[in-house]
Amino acid sequence: MNAPVPAFSTDASAGTSVVRVTTAAPCARLSLRARGELGPLEAALGLDLPRRIGARAEVGETEVLCLGPDEWMLRGPEAVAPTIRAACDEVYKTHPMSLVDVSGREVTFVIEGTSAAELLTLGCPRDIDRLAVGEGRRTVFDGATVVLWRDATDRFRMDVWHSFAPHVFDLLATGCRELAAEAA
Amino acid sequence: MLLIHCPYCDETLPEAEFTYAGQAHVVRAQDPSSQDDGQWEDFLFMRENARGPHYERWRHFHGCGRFFNAVRDTVSDKFLTTYKAGDARPDLSSLLEGQE
Repeated sequence: MNAPVPAFSTDASAGTSVVRVTTAAPCARLSLRARGELGPLEAALGLDLPRRIGARAEVGETEVLCLGPDEWMLRGPEAVAPTIRAACDEVYKTHPMSLVDVSGREVTFVIEGTSAAELLTLGCPRDIDRLAVGEGRRTVFDGATVVLWRDATDRFRMDVWHSFAPHVFDLLATGCRELAAEAA
Repeated sequence: MLLIHCPYCDETLPEAEFTYAGQAHVVRAQDPSSQDDGQWEDFLFMRENARGPHYERWRHFHGCGRFFNAVRDTVSDKFLTTYKAGDARPDLSSLLEGQE
């Protein structure tokens, strides 16, 4: 039977000396889809939308990750969401686009430690070493679609949909213990 | 595991991120009401079942989410090429030459 969403504790954390997994504080997440002329949209948002898939841009505390040819994920503190929505509403009249607030859809796990990249190989078939620092990708982790952000060589963030979160977290927690046992 | 090149991401990635989506270049008629039952049958049900190079659609499901086309040899499972949806069907003889 599927566990109800509240069954997953939002402050779950696990870790050992080599790698630690924590749940990040809630933030604003906005999914943006737009095609054609992006100039007016960028002017309204006050940032340059990266064109290459996986590239990131940052303005203040707002981060943008390009997920597809016409798709971006915007995230920042919860207070910025209304500002971004208002800016996009202005441009919408002349440049139709889709901006959806998906803040409540997923949780973010912060994975850090010397073995962080190795922990991800447990469920991710990609070559983690080819994911450059300061980039991000949508990929798969043990069957669940996740968005990986690489912030440093030994620090990642992983956005996981709520319904997959308990499974992904349990797998990461098991991996933490395994890697610690190997290191010991 | 197969490694598949996504023409949108421009990266060669593991098969687990992709899903197969049937034969490529199956075109729906411009004027559907002019089609008779035989033509509908061909459009809906008749597929090639090729032994050898096969033009097929794939989707980068756990990635950019895009559908794209590929030419894969159904015997060796080797991808001859991948190209964006909407691009013209690449010439098979030049693809085969490139492999040798």
